[in-house]
Amino acid sequence: MMEGIEHTTSGDKRYAIQLIVNGDSYDIVVKANALLVNVLRDQLNFTGTKKGCELGDCGSCTVLLNGKPVNSCMVLAVEADGCEITTVEGLAHNDELDTIQQAFIDHAAVQCGFCTPGMIMSAKALLNDNPHPTEQEVREAIAGNLCRCTGYVHIINAVLAASNKDKKGV
Amino acid sequence: MKDDYAVIGRSVPKLDARLKVTGQALYAGDMKFPNMLFGKILRSPHAHARILKIDTSEAERLHGVKAVITHKDVPPKKYGVSPARRDENIFCIDKVRHVGDKVAAVAAIDEETVYRALKLIKVDYEELPAVFDPIEAMAEGAPLIHDDFPHNINVEVHQSFGNVKEAFDRAFHVRTDTFLGHRTYHSPLEPHVSIAFWEGDKVTVYATTQKAHYLQVDLARQFDLPLGKVRVVCPFIGGGFGGKAAAMGLDFAAVALSRLTGRPVKMFYDRDEMFTHNRGRHRQIMELTTGVDRDGKILGIHANFIMDGGAYTGNGIATAYYSGALLPVSYEFDNFKYDMFRVYTNLPGSASQRGHGAVHPKYALESQLEMIARDLGIDSLEIRLRNRRKPNTVTVNELGVNSCELETCIETARKISNWNEKKGKLPRGRGIGVASGGFVSGAGYPIYRTNLPHSVALIRVNEDGSAATLYTGAVDIGQGSNTVLCQMAAEAMGFRHEDITVVSADTERSTLDFGAYSSRQTLMSGWAVKKAGEMVKEKLLEMASKMMNVEPEVLECKGSEVFVKNNPTIREPFGKIAREYFVKNGILMGQGSYTPPKLGGDYKGAAVGTSPAYSFSAQIVELKIDEETGEIDVKGVWDVHDSGTVINPALVHGQSHGGIYMGLGEAIWEEVKFDENGRILNPNLAEYRMPTALDVPMMDSLAVEGFEPAGPWGAKEVGEGASVPTEGAVANAILDATGVLMDTLPFSYEKVWHALRKKEKAADKE
Repeated sequence: MMEGIEHTTSGDKRYAIQLIVNGDSYDIVVKANALLVNVLRDQLNFTGTKKGCELGDCGSCTVLLNGKPVNSCMVLAVEADGCEITTVEGLAHNDELDTIQQAFIDHAAVQCGFCTPGMIMSAKALLNDNPHPTEQEVREAIAGNLCRCTGYVHIINAVLAASNKDKKGV
Repeated sequence: MKDDYAVIGRSVPKLDARLKVTGQALYAGDMKFPNMLFGKILRSPHAHARILKIDTSEAERLHGVKAVITHKDVPPKKYGVSPARRDENIFCIDKVRHVGDKVAAVAAIDEETVYRALKLIKVDYEELPAVFDPIEAMAEGAPLIHDDFPHNINVEVHQSFGNVKEAFDRAFHVRTDTFLGHRTYHSPLEPHVSIAFWEGDKVTVYATTQKAHYLQVDLARQFDLPLGKVRVVCPFIGGGFGGKAAAMGLDFAAVALSRLTGRPVKMFYDRDEMFTHNRGRHRQIMELTTGVDRDGKILGIHANFIMDGGAYTGNGIATAYYSGALLPVSYEFDNFKYDMFRVYTNLPGSASQRGHGAVHPKYALESQLEMIARDLGIDSLEIRLRNRRKPNTVTVNELGVNSCELETCIETARKISNWNEKKGKLPRGRGIGVASGGFVSGAGYPIYRTNLPHSVALIRVNEDGSAATLYTGAVDIGQGSNTVLCQMAAEAMGFRHEDITVVSADTERSTLDFGAYSSRQTLMSGWAVKKAGEMVKEKLLEMASKMMNVEPEVLECKGSEVFVKNNPTIREPFGKIAREYFVKNGILMGQGSYTPPKLGGDYKGAAVGTSPAYSFSAQIVELKIDEETGEIDVKGVWDVHDSGTVINPALVHGQSHGGIYMGLGEAIWEEVKFDENGRILNPNLAEYRMPTALDVPMMDSLAVEGFEPAGPWGAKEVGEGASVPTEGAVANAILDATGVLMDTLPFSYEKVWHALRKKEKAADKE
């Protein structure tokens, strides 16, 4: 990490950091206390990552940090310096959706959609580590992502379907 | 007949699903406008206090602050849903009435500055005695919260139908029980946001509202503007559940701050503020007396309720009436008395939440009915079947029911839950319980007095007939109304649904619609869309008849193809005819509107509870109790719903699951708690315990085949109704497992543990 620069009027320290978001590198200056979620949303315009509580309770802001799912409201942007971050915008390849995204559409797993990006990122992390999870494993993987609309039923079906699709392909 | 439909009855994917899974869907919180400021409301730290002085000077001097406003800077008139109970100011004038009440607001260049500025506003308060319990609030000498409401009584209802006293006199068995319903909050994942900006004398507000039209009306009234000078737009809405169903402090503040600064202002609630400004489900004391005959047939019910209204009325005026009015929907009885006091307390106001007014009272009734079944030795399903509502009947309080498949719902639930194999045969600690539900498919009367139609729709076909746009004021808050209405438009027009774009929930660029509340849009917005689509089709077929040299009556149009009914090989594409229409006659359009017929009786409060149609349902819950810890493990939930014709099965099941989910949460884990000073103890999503994926089981939802004559294509509601039976079914499953009647919500592990210990002690004594 680079040396912090003292801001002349507010007294807040600024840091120059590099974030690699969805494969692209961004060189930005952030305040010491800037949250990753706010930098992603406000500075870099990745508004797909949602903010439901800013306390690490709801999981709406889940992104992958070096492949691991994290609540981006619980990570300081400076902590993510040099890290690879995947947001929901980084899942589709050009026009082709990720299997999980397609499964969410096909299985009516989306209602209001506010939890959807975080939910999909948690599911992505799960399937990366464990391509063929059981229902219980899916539940555990998304236990940090609250959904107020679906009772999780269609979401779990979608994740299981996405994993099975993968199985067929193998 | 259903097989004839092209797109109705199909699980068409939600129109917005792709935008939502890719992160492209813009919610209000994601929106930015050039030169935009950020705003926040200063909240009261006291539950009840006189405001002596507000000094904003230091906040105003902070670099980056553009405006600080108090009651002096906004119109002083009070707002509220009921004209007789407009009891709320944009900012408090003389005193604050609950912790979190609105005192002032700030607009600044960024969020950080806003928070800093709020801390610099100095308010001198004189603390007043506060009251947090409705019974204490009604007592002689209790602090008065609103001067013009003696004894803090906000609403009282006294309705009597038939003669309950006479019914109880001749009853074989009469039971009185008192139940306590608790305060719960909607807690949508998306917090409230309101962005306002002025262009000359016209204001545009991007708001997280379920009711664009009503918000428009409220803003216009408050700021003395003609309706046409207020535009309300709903971007994607991240869930509502009744919490986004009334104008809120931040909507008014955004408009005021934006006018003052001449810049767009984005107001937003963080999660903590979501709790203090919330208008959730009423805490209520429910004394219920039911008299039955020897066979368990209900002869009469007396509901005697006290509801904690909190500091303001809002939609709570409707809740007060709904709480009694919907009790007679799913069971038939001829004598009913409803007495209710809705009382002001120094807590945040309570109002509408999914299953508006019906949820807690239904739990009370279902629990009591279960006890009566036990008292009389009647099976749980049997007592419900004996009392069930039948089609084409009128309730004791004059609500007209057309279609009703409650019997099928109960029998189907019996089957899919394996009730007969389980009831009375489950191992120790396991229990199974049932409850029924019923709910309005749209309120029969608007929230304010108006003769405007409840729903209007417009369909415009483009110049070459390759696309159509459906304009509807209905608000898609996630339930999928845009998709369902698109399917309906396609069916009515005979057009491909894939070629329809929906423009919704914008008071300027779509059409009038009262919005997403009282589970109304499938039926009411649906009717308007159906009529609009049929008008397009009629015009198109007239044109086609000229072009194809046949009478219009012999023509039909489906899936964007016009053909001769008895010789479908004679056909022309929709687009070709629509293009010709456009060239000859101008835009090919259709419009439709819907106003419910006159419904209900003439007694005071008769309007609340009326609806063109009622949904019905039966829910069964199976659970396991850890007798040492009181822990509840929900093993299964089976929901069978009569929503009439199902327009989109996947979406209907989604609503059922979501309703059950919310019901389970409220039944077992969720409760808003306060300390002795009226501060919320758990204003966050860790301690306000919404169920996670590990807490709830897979849920089985089934829709029975029904046809509702008052609904478009026979359709009626599902969204709110699905959460009506759940609390009761959970209570009855606990009763089955433990033998203990759970009379106080929520059924926390702790309460279950205490109940079990109490039972043990009682058994020891014997």
